[in-house]
Amino acid sequence: MCQSRVCVSLPVLIFVLRLGQKCMKCKEGTAILIIRVGDAFCRSCFKDYFVHKFRAMLGKNRVVYPGEKVLLAYSGGASSSAMIQQVQEGLSRDAPKKLRFVPGIVFVDEGAVCGQSLEEREVTLSKVQSVLQGTGFPFHIVRLEEVGSPGRVSRNYKQAVGRSMRHGPGEESQPQVLEKLAELSTADADAPSGTDTAPNSSFPAELTERLVQLFSSTKTLTAKQELLHTLRTHLILHTARGCGYSKVMSGESLTRLAVSLLSNISLGRGAFLPLDTGFSDGRYGDVLFIRPMREYSLKEIAFYNRLFSVSSIFIPTLDTKAPENSSIQRLTETFVTKLQADFPSTVSTVYRTSEKLNTCSAEDRQEDHLQERCLLCQCPLDTHAGELPASAFQATQVSENLSQQTKENCASRAETAGKTCCKQGQCSFPPPPPCRRAPGIMRLLCYSCRLTMKDLVISFSVEKAAESFTFTKSPFCGRG
Amino acid sequence: MSHGVCIISIQADAVNVLQTDNKMQRLTPQFSLYSAKSQAAGMLQVAAMPVSCSSCGTQRAALRRPKTGHSLCKSCFFWAFEEEIHHTIVSAQLFQPGERVGIGASGGKDSTVLAHVLKLLNGRYSYGLELLLVSVDEGISGYRDDSLETVKRNQQQYELPLKIVSYQELYGWTMDQIVKQVGLKNNCTFCGVFRRQALDRGAMMLGVNKICTGHNADDIAETVLMNFLRGDIARLRRCTAITTGSEGAIPRCKPLKYAYEKEIVLYAYFKKLDYFSTECIYSPNAYRGHARTFLKDLEALRPSAIMDIIHSGENLLVREDVKMPTQGTCSRCGYISSQALCKACVLLEGLNRGLPKLGIGKHHKLHHKLLSEEPLNERDMRKLKDF
Ligand SMILES: [Zn+2]
Ligand SMILES: [Zn+2]
Repeated sequence: MCQSRVCVSLPVLIFVLRLGQKCMKCKEGTAILIIRVGDAFCRSCFKDYFVHKFRAMLGKNRVVYPGEKVLLAYSGGASSSAMIQQVQEGLSRDAPKKLRFVPGIVFVDEGAVCGQSLEEREVTLSKVQSVLQGTGFPFHIVRLEEVGSPGRVSRNYKQAVGRSMRHGPGEESQPQVLEKLAELSTADADAPSGTDTAPNSSFPAELTERLVQLFSSTKTLTAKQELLHTLRTHLILHTARGCGYSKVMSGESLTRLAVSLLSNISLGRGAFLPLDTGFSDGRYGDVLFIRPMREYSLKEIAFYNRLFSVSSIFIPTLDTKAPENSSIQRLTETFVTKLQADFPSTVSTVYRTSEKLNTCSAEDRQEDHLQERCLLCQCPLDTHAGELPASAFQATQVSENLSQQTKENCASRAETAGKTCCKQGQCSFPPPPPCRRAPGIMRLLCYSCRLTMKDLVISFSVEKAAESFTFTKSPFCGRG
Repeated sequence: MSHGVCIISIQADAVNVLQTDNKMQRLTPQFSLYSAKSQAAGMLQVAAMPVSCSSCGTQRAALRRPKTGHSLCKSCFFWAFEEEIHHTIVSAQLFQPGERVGIGASGGKDSTVLAHVLKLLNGRYSYGLELLLVSVDEGISGYRDDSLETVKRNQQQYELPLKIVSYQELYGWTMDQIVKQVGLKNNCTFCGVFRRQALDRGAMMLGVNKICTGHNADDIAETVLMNFLRGDIARLRRCTAITTGSEGAIPRCKPLKYAYEKEIVLYAYFKKLDYFSTECIYSPNAYRGHARTFLKDLEALRPSAIMDIIHSGENLLVREDVKMPTQGTCSRCGYISSQALCKACVLLEGLNRGLPKLGIGKHHKLHHKLLSEEPLNERDMRKLKDF
């Protein structure tokens, strides 16, 4: 049963088939579904097509090597369930293109911030556990609360704080909490090792409370979703590092990626589209994230799961009960779904557009700027003012400055009021007013992560909460 | 107390201004989450709770800036709005002293505000520019007649020379006549293509060095979304450029690139600028309507979304191995074109031959026939006739 809002109901698909139509591939079997206009498949050819596509995707890109440990990110949803099934299929078969890597699975329990009670979370986790046990692969279940594990202060972070400290105390208007959060991004220390990590049922309620507090003090659902995405990614990365996985496979479908592309444009992440949505994402250096499901539409996946009894688990997420216009991500999803209904090529066109884009000359910049990366998302910073003659980034800062009472404003206004021309051609086109630099930690974030940070309401309790996520000894340490 | 009453009445007026200004609800019923009224209410300071201006700290705030959320008094808002445009002009080096600059004037709010602010900044900062107004008369009765009257008044108010070029004069067809032949489905294609060239030709007649258009931040953000949705990678790359078309054609620039549409409306309203605020009577295309409504919804959630999308657009990098159309010139009229014939000439040919479909689809193969004025065969004719 597909739980996704993007998914189009299946009967619609079956309806368009002519009675007794033959499979376009084997010309024998009775067609049971149409993938695209004109492509009618029977059950067994559809399976071949689906399975082939997965292996072709991995074969074409050649990034996974024989014997390599690969961590599969499982969310309970249709797409990641299908991905795990494809890996099982590929490893078990004696086909010539047999997959040869060594898989493990990670599941992140986000129940604490998605409004689930402890009991509900336990029910969900036991379902997840039984599904994962069924795969026969080693698995790791981590709770979102574990972002508070010890030993997360890395060298990068210390350098970052060092840098921000050098600016005057007056500039430090962005309080400590940002710095505490920023630490999460560079965590590279102790991670759980070993296999079949079951969730710990007795962890301090205090830790959950603080995580919940952090989220409830975030003003917008848009920022909450971004924050959750960041924390989840870091936990997965952390697990991969700790257990020696060099690749992570995540199961975003074509439909999901089309929505992400458009919402990331709206979130100011245009420079990072290829990293955020491309086949391989090497921003973390030692662990490569890959997206092998990116050419399957949710429709195809739902059909496959139904035909071959791949079960998925419905787990509520941050925006499950939220109205259509409650966040940028949610709004974009609604928009793409509606547009896709009116113009059926929308999703594939958006996907093809993205394929023509390049990562923002990350390689060139690595040498020039000593690889300056965003503390939260780890993408190369896109906030180098002055690279473009005029930019939206710069224009926004100018607007902020001009709307506030500043010394420069008063001075330049007084000057202009009583202004007389110097008659030497010097007074036309004066240099633009200097931009005040972003305070403290903000300077270490990319354009989009700054927007997320602005939506965090800073209060004493949040600061304490964030602190606890960084330094509290958690009961999870040493497990495995 | 009297002050409070005054602000309330302004509020009601501005709500009306914004309502007449936004016709999207009518055009896109399925995406009509956007309410101009509720947003306008947020832009103007509520009179019951006097707030002081965040810039001068002395005057009472009259509005909340849609772009930054700050509460400002009228004069500080004017100042900020104008200075930002000045900043854009200076940092993007849009003009050189002594240039003749044509302002594309439609009589609408964007170009009226553009003409007003350019004239003002040219004086305030001694840009040394010679400003002129260029208008295009599409020949749409009841719409263009009134807006051209506005432009003529602007000409007197701002004391700027005005040149009007008409479709009738350039192409031998008015939009009203075109709509009679092609119907309401593709008329915007004709109008858009013809206007672009008409503005260039008018500017050439005036001998200007540059053309400025009133495209605002909302327009740019919407175009980024549109081009992404349509997969138009060449346009996607070009659409965030503040200056375009330096080769051959007269360069065009967009000084209002970072100005919010809502602020333009507020500026025009508070400055009591004379502008014409009716949408074209021939309805615009539905696809763009979807993108616009989506953008308005995004803006309601996070006001910076418009700038954020432009930031995204400015930072998109197109892969080097992606083929881009090469720019040449039209062999008939000499205008820049990636094909043998420019779009305007193909559309015109179609109109003149009674085959309006000619310019709509991809019929490049027929271009050589058109060029050599060969008759089209029956198969070609059949493809092009039914509309
Ligand atoms: Zn970032
Ligand atoms: Zn003021």
